[in-house]
Amino acid sequence: MANFIDRRLNSKNKSTVNRQRFLRRYKNQIKKSVSEAINKRGVTDIDSGESIVIPNKDLSEPTFHQGDGGIKDRVHPGNDQFSTGDRIPRPPKGQGQGAGQGDASDSGEGEDDFTFSISKEEYLNLLFEDLELPNLEKNQLDKLIEYKTVRSGYCAEGVASNIDIVKSLQGSIARRIAMTSSKRKQLKMLEEELLALINDKHDNIKQKRELMAKIESIKEKIAKVPFIDTFDLRFRNYAKQAVPTSKAVMFCLMDVSGSMDQATKEMAKRFYILLYLFLSRTYKNIDVIYIRHHTQAKEVDEHEFFYSQETGGTIASSALELMNDIISERYNDNQWNIYGAQASDGDNWADDSPRCQEILENQILPKSRYFSYIEITQRAHQTLWKHYQQVEESHTNFAMQHIKTVADIYPVFREFFKKNTQSAA
Amino acid sequence: MTNYQNETITKTTVTPLDDTPDWTFDLLGQYQQEIARVADFYRLDTYTNQIEVITAEQMMDAYASVGMPIGYSHWTFGKKFIQTEQTYKRGQMGLAYEIVINSSPCISYLMEENTLTMQALVMAHACYGHNSFFKGNYLFKSWTDASSIIDYLLFAKNYISQCEQKYGISEVESTLDACHALMSHGVDRYKRPQKISLDEELKRQSERAEYLQSQVNALWRTVPKKEQQENEKKYKFPKEPQENILYFIEKNAPLLQPWQREIVRIVRKISQYFYPQKQTQVMNEGWACFWHYTILNHLYDEGLVTDKFMLEFLHSHTNVVAQPEYNSKYYSGINPYALGFNMFIDIRRICEHPTEEDKEYFPEIAGSNWVDTVHFAMENFKDESFISQYLSPKLIRDFKLFHIHDDSDNNYVEIGAIHNEQGYKKVRHNLANQYNLSNLEVNIQIVDANIDGDRALTLRYTPHNGVELGNSKDEVLKHLYYLWHFDVKIIQEDSDGEDKVIACCPQKKEDD
Repeated sequence: MANFIDRRLNSKNKSTVNRQRFLRRYKNQIKKSVSEAINKRGVTDIDSGESIVIPNKDLSEPTFHQGDGGIKDRVHPGNDQFSTGDRIPRPPKGQGQGAGQGDASDSGEGEDDFTFSISKEEYLNLLFEDLELPNLEKNQLDKLIEYKTVRSGYCAEGVASNIDIVKSLQGSIARRIAMTSSKRKQLKMLEEELLALINDKHDNIKQKRELMAKIESIKEKIAKVPFIDTFDLRFRNYAKQAVPTSKAVMFCLMDVSGSMDQATKEMAKRFYILLYLFLSRTYKNIDVIYIRHHTQAKEVDEHEFFYSQETGGTIASSALELMNDIISERYNDNQWNIYGAQASDGDNWADDSPRCQEILENQILPKSRYFSYIEITQRAHQTLWKHYQQVEESHTNFAMQHIKTVADIYPVFREFFKKNTQSAA
Repeated sequence: MTNYQNETITKTTVTPLDDTPDWTFDLLGQYQQEIARVADFYRLDTYTNQIEVITAEQMMDAYASVGMPIGYSHWTFGKKFIQTEQTYKRGQMGLAYEIVINSSPCISYLMEENTLTMQALVMAHACYGHNSFFKGNYLFKSWTDASSIIDYLLFAKNYISQCEQKYGISEVESTLDACHALMSHGVDRYKRPQKISLDEELKRQSERAEYLQSQVNALWRTVPKKEQQENEKKYKFPKEPQENILYFIEKNAPLLQPWQREIVRIVRKISQYFYPQKQTQVMNEGWACFWHYTILNHLYDEGLVTDKFMLEFLHSHTNVVAQPEYNSKYYSGINPYALGFNMFIDIRRICEHPTEEDKEYFPEIAGSNWVDTVHFAMENFKDESFISQYLSPKLIRDFKLFHIHDDSDNNYVEIGAIHNEQGYKKVRHNLANQYNLSNLEVNIQIVDANIDGDRALTLRYTPHNGVELGNSKDEVLKHLYYLWHFDVKIIQEDSDGEDKVIACCPQKKEDD
């Protein structure tokens, strides 16, 4: 006696809840692991999850169990050399005579840490928990330029390809019932009369004939009601609905003049990675434009952006100008969400800084959702910083931060996008 | 489509069953039919089988919930799932071919990826081997109620998820954590238990009892102080040491919420459900292996399965019952499949072809009917007693078993006995002890609750062979403290015969 049941199509992820519980419990450790791992990634490398490491002792489920010491008798298989009474030196294992009693846990020897992968989704959730894109709600509505066609009920007129057969036939049935009901009533009455006549003892030939003729004519009338009428037809109706655009472009601007060394660039890179990952949570398609500049700006690919070395002075406004040009050429600000991130060590040709401020305020910021500036330097701020401070005071979609070491990057990033703290200064 | 049924019933045709690698439900049915017939021939009495085909991922799910088909939600199960998934994906470990659940109907899982031969092997192993063990063995009979376990697990899952909604995930999680830490101390070892799950009415009754109990607890608080002092230490509570810590907590913890009591109870019940499985691993696996081996060979002798089928089957079978030797890098203790399988095979051999030695060691079974004998062995023993009763000198020689005596006072270990005439009994005795649960699990009992005073809970650890209590004791004590809410401590008698506190919670800063 046996029943076979095919469970293969049952919900697969029975353990999902338990997995979520697990992640929830170890959130802090996982978060730590996540923010450490951010340093190892390429800018657009977001298709992978992340490997998480948790020290094994944090995960243990304690129970009362036997410890060291005492007498232990064990039986093993495969004796190949021993005889009764043989004495073998104890294998070195550093067994102390009884564990120290005050120590909460001293069993940290050589245990492998617990390593596991979290999915991309889980990774990003943890990385950007409690962060949001600033001002998103406020300007969401002014940029509704894309439309999408959605169903919106039925209408009586339309093109043939949109006929809804079920609705139309429902209409047809309703119309036919409505138009024939009185005749059906008559028909029913007449048929009852006829039945009465047939059951009658007398022949009533003439009356029968008349009745039958009447019945026939009513039946004909009923049959004449058309099966389908243009009146019945129903067409599917469509409407256009405006949807916020899901395209975004991210401009990475970086100073590559002689004063920027590779370490500084690395720091800038981490920042761009974070920004990219964060944007990818909100937008489906993201273009990334790399603009590097010394005295002149140039659009380059990722590799060149981060790794090629240039020398020379610094004119930051050239990059801003190029960005503005690219926006006008390729990224209509009605269709694209524009984000800018500028990284620099703060060096700029002193006369150029007012120009930067001007371009930002008049050209770029009105079109951009958000523009962030990070200054990576150990030295004192220079003119660019001072001018940007003025920009920050008057614009809510501009933010600037100062980064000194690698460890600052993630906190600074969180500072930029912390929920509800974008107080318009 | 029902042709095959006629075939098997009349048994005139001996065309072998299909042996293609890919299984179909039709073919599974045919094999199952034949296996059932042979199992019946050997008097295997089983619960009705419910055979469920699942995917590898679902198998990992089943793993993670430690074999409970319906488990409540808890992070440890998530952790287990992640671990299983990883070792599986790295290829370090194959998944078990089957999981079988002690329930009526008896649920067995077949993994989709298995070949037809493997499915037949699994059906013989799980659906007839394990299943008949669950139904016949005395431990399972007295400790578990197969017909209601599924209902109970469902109740537990729903109850715990309701609690999570009412009291928050964190609270429930802490309570469960605390219960899990004490899970192996939730069983009455020396007392036969009630059936695991009572029907609805009894459950309600127990809830009422618990409610009353909580009222009693409340009353304690109102007992006037004066009287308390007078009565101090006149009587001891609990009167006798309590080994079932969870039960004691459930009934006596003063400040536990009713829902927490119920959760303690759930964990305790589940612990009890798994208690027999812990004690019969060798027997249970041995029995199942013995029967899949016997049944499929029987089918082969009848000409119902092909050579090809047998070769594949024997290949898997040999892997399962392999026993690496102590110096092999694959050695990780004695393989219960190997030991159990060989013991049952050996019992059959002793019955059918006894040697002089067997007649001396096993006068009562040598030459007896082997089917009767193995059934008797399966029904009336657990690992410890099974080994001490049936492990034969021949098997000790085959396995080349040897005994190591390890006294921490010496800087050497000593070979206590090997597979020779003088050693047989000693090896057997020590191997049996190795499966004695009361030697494996620590002996820790509640000795005093001081309900008239500060309600400090005292536990006594009695070492076995001088083995210290493992150093996670402080962590466990924190969990116990969470449930009890008042001071808890563990005492142990030291070499001078005086009680010494070896752990307490909350920890006091005392310098002796």
